[in-house]
Amino acid sequence: MNEKRVTYREALREALREALAGDDRVFLMGEDVGRYGGCFAVSLGLLEEFGPERVRDTPMSESAFVGAGIGAALAGMRPVVEIMTVNFSLLALDQILNNAATLLHMSGGQFNVPVVIRMATGAGRQLAAQHSHSLEGWYAHIPGIRVVAPATVEDARGMLPTALADPDPVLMFEHVSLYSTEGELGGADRQVDIDRAAIRRPGRDATLIAYGGTLVAALAAAEELSGEGIEVEVIDLRTLRPVDDATVVGSVRRTHRAVIVDEGWRSGSLSAELSTRITEQAFYELDAGIERVCTAEVPIPYARHLEEAALPQPAAVVEAVRKAVG
Amino acid sequence: MPTTITPEQATAMVREALSAIAPDADLDGLAPDDDLRGAVELDSLDFLSFVEKLSQRSGRRIEEDDYEELRSLSSCVAFLSHR
Amino acid sequence: MPSLGADMDAGTISEWLVKPGDTVSRGDVIAVVDTDKAAVEVESFDSGVVDELLVGPGERVPVGTVLATISTAAEQASEYPPPTPTGPPAPQQPAPPESPPPSPEPAAPPRRPPEPPPAARTVPVASPLVRKRAAEAGIDLASVHGTGPGGVVTREDVERLVSPRATGRVRASPYARRIAGELGVDLSRVTGTGSGGAIRALDVHAVTERAGTVEAARAEEGGGTAPREATGEERGETRQEGLRRATADLMARSKREVPHYYLSTTIDLSRAMTWLRERNREVPVEERLVPAALLLKASALAVRRVPQLNGFWCGDHFEPAPAVHLGVAISLRGGGLMAPALRDADGLDVPELMKRLRDLVARVRAGRTRSSEMTDSTITVTNLGDQGVETVFGVIYPPQVALVGFGRVVERPWAVGGLLGVRPVVTATLSADHRATDGYTGARFLGTLDRLLQAPEVL
Repeated sequence: MNEKRVTYREALREALREALAGDDRVFLMGEDVGRYGGCFAVSLGLLEEFGPERVRDTPMSESAFVGAGIGAALAGMRPVVEIMTVNFSLLALDQILNNAATLLHMSGGQFNVPVVIRMATGAGRQLAAQHSHSLEGWYAHIPGIRVVAPATVEDARGMLPTALADPDPVLMFEHVSLYSTEGELGGADRQVDIDRAAIRRPGRDATLIAYGGTLVAALAAAEELSGEGIEVEVIDLRTLRPVDDATVVGSVRRTHRAVIVDEGWRSGSLSAELSTRITEQAFYELDAGIERVCTAEVPIPYARHLEEAALPQPAAVVEAVRKAVG
Repeated sequence: MPTTITPEQATAMVREALSAIAPDADLDGLAPDDDLRGAVELDSLDFLSFVEKLSQRSGRRIEEDDYEELRSLSSCVAFLSHR
Repeated sequence: MPSLGADMDAGTISEWLVKPGDTVSRGDVIAVVDTDKAAVEVESFDSGVVDELLVGPGERVPVGTVLATISTAAEQASEYPPPTPTGPPAPQQPAPPESPPPSPEPAAPPRRPPEPPPAARTVPVASPLVRKRAAEAGIDLASVHGTGPGGVVTREDVERLVSPRATGRVRASPYARRIAGELGVDLSRVTGTGSGGAIRALDVHAVTERAGTVEAARAEEGGGTAPREATGEERGETRQEGLRRATADLMARSKREVPHYYLSTTIDLSRAMTWLRERNREVPVEERLVPAALLLKASALAVRRVPQLNGFWCGDHFEPAPAVHLGVAISLRGGGLMAPALRDADGLDVPELMKRLRDLVARVRAGRTRSSEMTDSTITVTNLGDQGVETVFGVIYPPQVALVGFGRVVERPWAVGGLLGVRPVVTATLSADHRATDGYTGARFLGTLDRLLQAPEVL
């Protein structure tokens, strides 16, 4: 077991490289993934390594290339489709919702769609109102697809092979603020379990539920609260659909308090869903109302200080936990 | 003028008066010759209330000159049951 | 929340003695407030009709928080602005209805005065649930202070006014309910410490941990006592600790900030004691005077003549007080010290002062002090003579600027006109704030005190 320090971006690239090398049904396509190396430089160098058949630059038509990916998957390939950012995926929403998610059902189980669609999500990089969404909660609404959100370097590498092994469509949301984060990458076992949420920090006083980019704020808040003697259990959901209720509810049963951090807008959000699930399954375990820390319900501002003010920051998480713990 | 007060009646009067003024005082631990003002922590107002109550109960006006006779439990009893 | 002493930061409403709609006069006792020191009866600052009670029983709020609003006669007249040109004429209403309609139906029962149009009255915005809840509890929504967005009356605002015990409704977390059920704890006996007084698991556990104590208390008192009373006893202990801490804070502040100077003189009390003795012989026992009454009266008169010692040090200057409210240091049974005021002591004749003194001491020791007595002292007198000491060098109660101390009245050899006799004497001391006065002023006070005590009959 040799450990090495890599960035989230490098871990994703490593996963792509291994997938491309290990299975010739796998190919990568999307805008600027080839010659440019990917909008977030994830696929840098892969074109040179695997050639234009396996690493394909596409026209700027999300509906077309996502649809092509779905078609290739139906035909037996294992495509990895990269959409630059989540807002552009809205142009392919019909393909995702009406084709990828439904064909297995509509074909009476004859056609499964083993496509992996990767995209960047989230705010924090001053990309303004049109490129800063966190819409993974919307996708988590759709039956027929799996939605994952790697929050760590290990998951960035390990989730792709697991997603490719899934016979059904998997959407992978990579938070823009995570690409440059670093972490230890170890272990020969490439695949990770994407059926279970992970407890990133054990604690007894409250359960703090986060995923993707918000895990960073949650862990920072937990650290600060620990200094006050409040030990928070931090759960990384990892998979947003289907949600691992057992881990979440199990933790709440121990701590009796839940705080949810969600970069989506509060109304109709993933946090709303989680909150409901907890009250459905553990109402008589709750010793305080469920608290939520979400993004302000405004289009994400461009100005840095306004953007920061709109997003769930560690201080707000700390405050919410204090309120729950009382 | 009431009939004679027995020492038992006098003791009861004194204890009753004291516990009314100082409800949390430990009267059982009070020795017969303990100084009441000190042991039960009576200030001059409390002592006046004490005298007032004893006067009412015994039906006998207690003068300030008699205060010396009311120093302790035993002297109170002696004073009240005297005559 | 009035400041009931220089050392008070916050207080808890333990009881309201009035309700919205009641007419109160300035000086009426309207509420009981629990400070760290005592339960204090708070008097109304104004006359009028109680409009809203903004702080509920059990709530602890900082000094300065508005506890209730009172409409004065003038305000009441202007409470309903003239009708808007578009609306129908507003019916004259003497006061908001005592309680909201019993049924949510809009149709007005004939006995009820018609609803005033929106422009004529501040109509509280509240959800149907809140309206229903208020109706059940008999609360007039117009009297509820809304804390929601735009002044909307929230359910919590209504609940705050409703004592949980009165309605049988308890705010408790689901988890607390479950474990209370498992442990057989009656939630109505649990004091909640969560937001809005909600009971949490912690609070239920606190009760079960106390169960041993409670059982013991029950056994001792013949089994008829509810656990509630055991917690009362516990609060008593906390009160004692609170009183100790409050005294500690205030005295530390005094010694830190106030440059004390001390003067002392021995006063011949033979005339005073003779006068007392003769007077006491003539009156019923209950009208007897104690020497302390004379000493207090003489102090009040002396400070009226040396007003530089009667008042407060305010930051950088002395502010004389317009009246003499004599603070009387009273030791509590079981420990602790309070110094409530004998108001206008200089104007009371000695028998009246004696009566007030007895009443004050009895009430303070019973834990019922009035707010004006807690705040108004302009100078304090301490008398440790009953404990046998001869001299007291006291610590000033800020922001007062002087404290008078009396020791025990003792018989001492005394030389007058070349002859030696035995006389009852008392040592009087003055602790004074050197920022406000100099020793010369202090000496004048003690001299005046001495002269006054030589003519007890005119005190």
